[in-house]
Amino acid sequence: MEASSLPAALELVSGGGAGLSPEKRAVLGSSLLLLQRDYRFERVWFWGCIQGVCGAYYIAEGLGPDRAAPRSRLYSLNCVEWSLLPPVTEEMVTQAGWLKGRFQGDPSFEYEYTERNAEDAERLFEDGKEPIIKEEARLVATIEQIDRAVGIIPRGAFVKTPLGSVSENRNFEGLSLTEAKRLSSYFHFTEPVNLKNKTLLEKADLDPSTDFLDSLEHDIPQGSWTVQLEKGGAVVVLRSLLWLGLTFYHVPMTKQYGYVYFGNGEKNLDLPFML
Amino acid sequence: ERGHGPYQPHEPGYGLYQPGHSPYDDQIPDPKSRTLAIENAKAYLLKSSTTSGLNLYDHLANMLTKILDEQPTNAVDIIENISKDVKWAHFQKKMDTLRDEHEILTTFEAAEKRKALFLKENGEGDEELEEEIGETPLPNVMETAFYFEQAGIGLSKDESYHIFLALKKLISVQPIQTCRFWGKILGLEMNYIIAEVQYHEGEEEEETEEEAVTEEGAKWVGEVEDEEEEKEKEDESPKSTYKPPPVIPKEENGTGANKYVYFVCNEPGKPWVKLPPVTPAQIVCARKIKKFFTGRLDAPVVSFPPFPGNEANYLRAQIARISAGTQISPIGFYQFAEEEDEDEEVEGGRDTYEENPDFQPLSVAEMVDSLSAWVHNVQSILKQGRCVWLNPLQKTEEEEENEEEEKAEEPDELPQELQQEIGPPLLTPLSEDEGIQNIPAWTAQPSTNLIPQYAVAVLQSNRWPGAYAFASGKKFDNIYFGWGHKYSPENHAPTLPPPVQAEYPSGPEITETRDPTVEEELAFKAAREEALATAEEEEDEEGAEEDEEEDD
Repeated sequence: MEASSLPAALELVSGGGAGLSPEKRAVLGSSLLLLQRDYRFERVWFWGCIQGVCGAYYIAEGLGPDRAAPRSRLYSLNCVEWSLLPPVTEEMVTQAGWLKGRFQGDPSFEYEYTERNAEDAERLFEDGKEPIIKEEARLVATIEQIDRAVGIIPRGAFVKTPLGSVSENRNFEGLSLTEAKRLSSYFHFTEPVNLKNKTLLEKADLDPSTDFLDSLEHDIPQGSWTVQLEKGGAVVVLRSLLWLGLTFYHVPMTKQYGYVYFGNGEKNLDLPFML
Repeated sequence: ERGHGPYQPHEPGYGLYQPGHSPYDDQIPDPKSRTLAIENAKAYLLKSSTTSGLNLYDHLANMLTKILDEQPTNAVDIIENISKDVKWAHFQKKMDTLRDEHEILTTFEAAEKRKALFLKENGEGDEELEEEIGETPLPNVMETAFYFEQAGIGLSKDESYHIFLALKKLISVQPIQTCRFWGKILGLEMNYIIAEVQYHEGEEEEETEEEAVTEEGAKWVGEVEDEEEEKEKEDESPKSTYKPPPVIPKEENGTGANKYVYFVCNEPGKPWVKLPPVTPAQIVCARKIKKFFTGRLDAPVVSFPPFPGNEANYLRAQIARISAGTQISPIGFYQFAEEEDEDEEVEGGRDTYEENPDFQPLSVAEMVDSLSAWVHNVQSILKQGRCVWLNPLQKTEEEEENEEEEKAEEPDELPQELQQEIGPPLLTPLSEDEGIQNIPAWTAQPSTNLIPQYAVAVLQSNRWPGAYAFASGKKFDNIYFGWGHKYSPENHAPTLPPPVQAEYPSGPEITETRDPTVEEELAFKAAREEALATAEEEEDEEGAEEDEEEDD
């Protein structure tokens, strides 16, 4: 969620019971602003909080002029001092996928990776490195996975310019109530995967400036999003069931929207059994 | 005279007329031709489009008027959108013969219900006021919410206040002695707000619900009996040897897992619904399944093993498990009541406690550092599904009669070694809680490190993510916000279906014997012939011996 609208947004996503203490809220107002100054970000998003066993990680993301470019991610243990996380690599993501269990809360914690099959172990040992994964790498990989899988925006909130860069749509006035209840009005804010598989007939109806991302309709498994009206219908809240803790809110007919993650940082692999 | 209009490609002079470079530029341009050019341009702009009926001149005029009226920043960047908006607005009629019907949005209805919470009921007089100011079972939800907010947990203040008023409404309707906001469980379509309640003694309503669950065993036996009656003269069909496991009766209301009564509602403002008491079978089954709640209490729970009940029962079972696992209090707050005849072997341990009037609260630092400063104040649920163990094999008179009739039943099927299950007694400290793998069962933190004088000790459960507890001085409380599931680092593995039952006992009468192979038959034949041959030899020998004897 936008750093500037943090207080109001936290009120809207608090339906799940998770939020920030007044102390953190107060300090985030200033520290995120300072982040923007120091790193020259155009926009700073407060991404959320991953709860570890001994402590929690607070994550912020900074965006440059092209909103769809890879974002810089920063973490903090107390919302005051922020450290930049290394950019994510595919190797990090695959390695983090092998780890199970909670985050510890200490960024220098090293996981001992137990070999899954002999092939992986041989490959790793060939490099001469021992299979150790630091919690920092796991953190980056998890944030990237969550953004890729369930980071969403309403349709029309961003436009793609003819040059290819993505920027906010100043003409976006919010989704109507009926539109807001449909999953097809929300897009994954990441490289589209299914877009090119659409038939030509479907593509003809799309507007290339706003419909350049995958919508949530075809997410597998079906039903992995819950759409609810909260506060007596004043705000639409989407919660992901694949990554429990990710909450997206939008007030219909206004420009207020955003998503935040408050959770363990673990994927809910039991989802098909639970639906 | 034709003006210097745009030259067509086939005309001579095409491409020659460049503005500013024509050979006739030094001449004063014909004012008439200039005006004519303007008129032609305007006529072109006024041409109506064949598809939409608009013309460019009017459109540009409208657009510029709109821009000058609104004065947006960086208008040149959004000019296309402004153009689209103007065209769009063109199609909305201002005067319509049909009157706009005001949409009755669901949001308005919901707002009505929420507003109703704030209305004070009329016609009750001054007596009610006195009652309200006195001792009331209504918990101070806002105060609890404040403490939890220090740790970053809780709903927005608006929602907390609505829940406060909804609880007040509940108390005015039901005869309630104690009431507590238990927490919120999220669901797919709607969420549940849960209140934990204890009735005044003696005011509970009798349960008139019949158990909708019919046991399979009972049905089976019934069918077999019918068959027997029909086929009296024919051979008896093999009786089913299936004995359903004995049904463990649920605990009485007011004790054990049913100590509290729970009311739920989907949103503050909607009516409160009472949840049925929980049975041990439901708890045992709830341990094996993992399902999301939909938000509708009558939704079926489709799972394997099949859950005996619908979502209301599943919800109640999960609430019971969560309460048993995560309701805690600072040590010393509750103590066991002094009983005159303390029986050392009270079955199942003590299940009542009372507040300790001499409670001395520990400091926040102590509460956070050691987990033994906290104790469970709800009985844990045994494997059986109850808090107090009950031997299901206690023979009632009926069962003894049946045993005499069915002597053929194999008695070794009954598990004779049902040992009494003992759980940790009430008021055990949290340090005895076992963690999961290498994670402790609870994470303790102070709410702030910057202001330790006013910090609140906060505990989060790692076994039931979403269960929180706080303590500050003499105040403490527990709450739950989550999806209602236990944490397990391993993936959920559903129980496999039981192995196929043997239809009949395999004994020598029924099992086929293996036919002897050819070699075996030949070997047998050879052995027989040998035996005959040796028998004949013996006879000959005997005959010879007798002859020898006779000779003598």
